[in-house]
Amino acid sequence: MTGPRTLAACAALMLAPATSVGASEFGDVARGAEFWKQCRTCHRIGPNASNKVGPNLNFIFGRVFGVAEGYRYSKAMTAAGEEGRVWDLDQLDAYITDPRGFLKGTKMTFKGIKDPQERADVLAWLRENSDNPSDIPEAEPTAVGTDHSVDAAILAIAGDPEYGEYLSSECLTCHRADGEVDGIPSVIGWPDEDFVVAMHAYKDKVRPHPVMQMMAGRLSNEEIASLAAYFSALGQ
Amino acid sequence: MKLNRRHFIGSSAALTATLAAPVVWGDSHGKPKVVVIGGGAGGATVARYLAKDSKGGIDVTLVEPTRKYYTCFFSNLYIAGFRDLMSIGHTYGTLAADYGINVVHDWAIGIDRDARTVTLASGSVLPYDRLVLSPGIDFVDGAVPGWDVSTQGAMPHAYKGGTQAELLKRQIEAMPEGGTYCMIAPPNPFRCPPGPYERVSMVAHKLSQTNPTAKILIADPKEKFSKQALFEEGWETHYGGMVERLGPDFGGGNVSVNAADMMVDIDGEVVKADVCNVIPAMKAGRICEMAGVTEGNWAPVVPATMQSRLDENIHVLGDSANQGDMPKSGFAANSQAKVASMAIRGALTGSKVFPAKFTNTCWSLISTDNGVKVGATYEATDEKIAKVDGFISQTGENADLRKATFEESVGWYSGITADMFG
Repeated sequence: MTGPRTLAACAALMLAPATSVGASEFGDVARGAEFWKQCRTCHRIGPNASNKVGPNLNFIFGRVFGVAEGYRYSKAMTAAGEEGRVWDLDQLDAYITDPRGFLKGTKMTFKGIKDPQERADVLAWLRENSDNPSDIPEAEPTAVGTDHSVDAAILAIAGDPEYGEYLSSECLTCHRADGEVDGIPSVIGWPDEDFVVAMHAYKDKVRPHPVMQMMAGRLSNEEIASLAAYFSALGQ
Repeated sequence: MKLNRRHFIGSSAALTATLAAPVVWGDSHGKPKVVVIGGGAGGATVARYLAKDSKGGIDVTLVEPTRKYYTCFFSNLYIAGFRDLMSIGHTYGTLAADYGINVVHDWAIGIDRDARTVTLASGSVLPYDRLVLSPGIDFVDGAVPGWDVSTQGAMPHAYKGGTQAELLKRQIEAMPEGGTYCMIAPPNPFRCPPGPYERVSMVAHKLSQTNPTAKILIADPKEKFSKQALFEEGWETHYGGMVERLGPDFGGGNVSVNAADMMVDIDGEVVKADVCNVIPAMKAGRICEMAGVTEGNWAPVVPATMQSRLDENIHVLGDSANQGDMPKSGFAANSQAKVASMAIRGALTGSKVFPAKFTNTCWSLISTDNGVKVGATYEATDEKIAKVDGFISQTGENADLRKATFEESVGWYSGITADMFG
């Protein structure tokens, strides 16, 4: 449930013209916290939040598009920021309804949330936490694994970027070297650990995509580490 | 240029020497030279990777007759109206300007394997240290009695991209109401195993909108075909009653045509076609035969390097190669090109060589937002490129998954064409 602080913070936002029905209603923070677990696969929030597969979401309300420091955005997101577009409740609501419909070329491959109540819930949670990152319940948001647990010994393997470069040529038949997104996600510039965890999730058939399960299934732990090393450096 | 097999015999000693001590070229020799014939999924990719990864250390020449290359993949989507022709055409300017590749728009008409030179139709001669042949396919003479290159205007194959696809599209658009589109499907092995059946799906999509009483008749010499259950389910669901396929049990393998009268004889039954799409039996691009690297219709290769089994200075990629388990597809040619590039760089510049890995995935569109796919990974054994693992879309999948698969194929198109043309 929303506390007084949140209500105060929202007053300013509500002055913005409401163009979306979903965005004008307050959601349930507790339900939103549950949903946030999906977002956390790629996004972090909090005092130590770093950019992961997606940018950190600290101070997202009122933030200009495409400005999280050190994050490599799609051309589309950067261009929108240069136009001066700002994330408000309506913009965020429209974005998470259908990310690629809202901003063609975005790297966010999340399919979107069709249910207005679910969107309202997760935005309520985000609003509750974004502008006051020190209040976030998780003490170490960046230290938590993503969506799959991988043995520490595997995460510790140092990859050979030269080997990764050769192996990467297989990936680049579909994934683009320039990081642009068009129906197939970007794999450029991910933190090494997130890359390794995601690939092992495919290898262990926890993530569902059949092509990626097949591709990851034949890669050794060292090969995955080498790919992670190569692709993360490519994003620098 | 005169060629014969004795050129190969003389080179077996050289092969042994090469394996024992890879030649690393010094400055005194100038840069090593690679000539690539064919600018498609195999040739453009190998040229780009050689130039990119050798960082200018290899002199790369790409010989491709067309100035604008229209991909065969997605040409069925063009025929159906899902893509325009512009979107499947690509030029070679980036490969020339950003990668330093010498792009030559000409036909290679002769290869002297002793002198290691390629002669072009213009009369120019290109020397090489390694030659890559990636010329795609040609058709087997006389494969469909009554059909040859002189009748392809009346009965298009539309299996090499560009002009023929435009022609077929126009012919379908001009079909009379309730007319018949007839496809003569090819025997195995052929380029793009799901291709003819995706084409049938796309023609059916187009006709169901503009000419719903039209019929599609396939004469097919094969018992089975790629993604058969998926296509047949789609045809039944979306184009019920429009598509009829005559397999070999119904004479689908015993076909002749008369292009002047647009008549098709299927095992003694004569059918009048309004459009007749003849896709004849295929063989390696003719330059492979001229180079003397074919056995039968195709060019056998060493899986780990894609080198010709008949000449270690020549690599053969893609549709022309007889390599084992991989289907003849653009994806496969692109995958083989990366293995060949690594092997060539290793041999010519001493760069590190890693174990060969191959992949293929083929997406097909059945109806609007209804994509399916089949794919596999492969490894190099001594005898062949051997399948390791694979997957295929399932019948009865929900619409969201099929739409996601289609969107993925659009992403793949953008990915592979960026990987080919820079």
